[in-house]
Amino acid sequence: MPLVRDGKAVADGWTTVADDAALPADAPVIVSFARWRAERAVLEQRNAPLGLGLKNTDAVEEVGPEIHRFGLVALNFPKFSDGRAYSQARLLRERYGFKGDLRATGQVLPDQLIHMLRAGFDSFDTADARVLQQWSKSVAAYHAFYQPIGRLRPTLDNLRREEARPAAAD
Amino acid sequence: MYAYDRHDRMFVHARVEQFRDQAARRLKGELSEDEFKPLRLQNGLYLQLHAYMLRVAIPYGTLDARQMRQLALIARRHDRGFGHFTTRQNIQFNWIKLEEAADALHLLAEVDMHAIQTSGNCIRNVTADAWAGVAPDEIEDPRIWSEIIRQWSTNHPEFSFLPRKFKIAVTGSPADRAAVKVHDIGLRMHRNAAGETGFEVIVGGGLGRTPIIGTTLKDWLPKRDLLSYLEATLRVYNRYGRRDNIYKARIKILVHELGPEKMRDEVEVEFQTIRDGALALPAETIAEIAAHFAPPRYAKQPGFAPAHETLRRTSPGYRRWVETNVVPHREPGYAIVHFSLKPEGGVPGDATAEQMEAVADLAEKHSLGEIRVTHTQNLVLPHVAVEDLPAVWRAAEAVGFATPNLDLVTDIIACPGLDYCSLANARSIPVAQRITRRFADLGRVHEIGPLSIKISGCINACGHHHIGAIGILGVDKQGEEFYQITLGGNAGPEARLGDLLGPAVSADRVVDTVEAVVEAYLAIRAPGEDFLATYARLGLAPFKERAYAPR
Amino acid sequence: MSRKPKGPQAVTANRLGDGAVVYLAETGRWSTRLEEARLLLDAAQADAMLDEAGRDAATRVVGPYLIEVETGDAGPRVASLRERIRATGPTI
Ligand code: SF4
Repeated sequence: MPLVRDGKAVADGWTTVADDAALPADAPVIVSFARWRAERAVLEQRNAPLGLGLKNTDAVEEVGPEIHRFGLVALNFPKFSDGRAYSQARLLRERYGFKGDLRATGQVLPDQLIHMLRAGFDSFDTADARVLQQWSKSVAAYHAFYQPIGRLRPTLDNLRREEARPAAAD
Repeated sequence: MYAYDRHDRMFVHARVEQFRDQAARRLKGELSEDEFKPLRLQNGLYLQLHAYMLRVAIPYGTLDARQMRQLALIARRHDRGFGHFTTRQNIQFNWIKLEEAADALHLLAEVDMHAIQTSGNCIRNVTADAWAGVAPDEIEDPRIWSEIIRQWSTNHPEFSFLPRKFKIAVTGSPADRAAVKVHDIGLRMHRNAAGETGFEVIVGGGLGRTPIIGTTLKDWLPKRDLLSYLEATLRVYNRYGRRDNIYKARIKILVHELGPEKMRDEVEVEFQTIRDGALALPAETIAEIAAHFAPPRYAKQPGFAPAHETLRRTSPGYRRWVETNVVPHREPGYAIVHFSLKPEGGVPGDATAEQMEAVADLAEKHSLGEIRVTHTQNLVLPHVAVEDLPAVWRAAEAVGFATPNLDLVTDIIACPGLDYCSLANARSIPVAQRITRRFADLGRVHEIGPLSIKISGCINACGHHHIGAIGILGVDKQGEEFYQITLGGNAGPEARLGDLLGPAVSADRVVDTVEAVVEAYLAIRAPGEDFLATYARLGLAPFKERAYAPR
Repeated sequence: MSRKPKGPQAVTANRLGDGAVVYLAETGRWSTRLEEARLLLDAAQADAMLDEAGRDAATRVVGPYLIEVETGDAGPRVASLRERIRATGPTI
């Protein structure tokens, strides 16, 4: 699948493997949560990066403490209007400290990019050319956000405090 | 009032430009309607029967004269010269063009207003007591917290695609004037044993198809934890709320299906995990926001108001207006004045551009520039010196806003219904108009006393019919407009849903039936007993008997 | 919408740019006037007309659907109250 990251089309080095398909030798693969639970011993023996694909109903709590074992986690938007993966993304990033590639799959549209980036996603598995076309506009739309949470951009509160500081020192 | 700084302004202007671009792409066909619809809804733009409708937020019901004038300008320039104040402290313009929507939004941004998240499956405009900051019984100004919530919920990275819409209301008084028990989250401020103010958090209330009074998840929440607790609740809802059935997607269904105990536990676990995180509110942030809502500097009023006292003695009309539409203010020598948007035969909640401008002028002259919008679709001048009341009364009369009917039988709440709304089953506004004409005699209206009539054109219940003392719900019976009537609903601290009177009545019969219910009350009430008290004492039977009696 | 229409049908929608109520007239043209609506008695033809209208949903109209129309001496008239209000505006 075409992949977008940092506003560019990039090659996808990962292969998503169906639950009943054989694992390719020594290639980075993305497996489902169910397969990871069932075949964990085998998967951990492999000599290649391992990715985890979660359904948006999978409980991130169950895998959170071990999330550092994965080089990539793919979260799914079955429809762009189903926002469950935003919660999963923030939990993985902020609660469980996931540092690897957080990928959005499913219906990824240009007008939700900014929410996804803020929630912690960094790569986007989408064939929709508009995502690339709109990228810079979407990402630059706001100079700051209100919430002191998620990623990207300072918060409005931070900006205010920075501006207030020299004045307060006078 | 909260005053935007440079950053708030940049933010709302950025939002307008973002929407301008999205609308342009829609018009060029680069976005499909399915893709565009949630974007326009989150900017307040609906497609109704005849045109696009723009719903503008009046956060927690507070606006100033300059903002009201700008609403009038939008009504003139982009609509047909009027607007409609809603039950959720919004104003709706009914005749907006998609091609011009961004221009209308730009006019809003010029006066620090917006339409952000007034629709869509996200956290909606936060509502609060319209008497915030001036009510004598207030514990703390709910607008401080409403503004903090507004900022936290605006463009939230996690909660912009919830299972369904999410409404939050805040009251800072024991007398609940914000209907907090019928919101997804209702916050009621009160003091704990140590005398500190905090929040009772009521979750899962709501009207609509499945009306439910909310459940208290937390008896007392410290202020610093407000956003953490809200975030925890929203996260539980976003993850576990149902998405398979639009009618079961509100948080009330999740609370119902999990059970209050399990819901409380889920939220509590999440809350405890995040409570010392980034959302914990530092005292200085609270103080900064609170400073915006510091009481204005009132001019000291003499103990005696001669113009007011004289007119009160000489003019029964004035006296009646003062007794009905004016209520006590926290500051001695001041009063809270209500402008009734419910004249005889009028459209409840509608105001023309000229009326809006007149209210703006009056606010500047007599109310320190401030205006409020109530959830009963009326306007308020919150700081009027008692001595100015006669002048305000005359001016209100001149624009048709002085009907002395606050909380009385003709102070009807009505949603737009089938005259505008694409979801409606039946018309609401003409029913309201006919009822106000039937009860045109003010003497009779005052004889009847407090009685709320609330009308919705469909089960979505935007007219809050479940919590009307008399609730009217439009239904469609084989293509004909019919109306279901409920009795005994109440929005206040003793919130209660109305009971169905009996079979739905036809459009021809609905006003007669309402009148029969009112007549029944007059016949059976005990001295001094209001409608709800009589209803509580005697129940449905005596009303039913009279309402359906053959005539 | 399983009920069998009694009279002819037309396609209505809201115009994308301003939301105005429009009816499909001859191919490719939408009119704000019900009198100009193309009326079809045959259900299969009406469905085909709706498909044709659907192609305009990308850039010109929103949410096209079929409505029943009654014909009389005074010209066409929509059957339901909702459509009457759409056709003639608020009743207040
Ligand atoms: S109650 Fe129904 S008819 Fe009335 S405004 Fe809401 S959705 Fe429309």
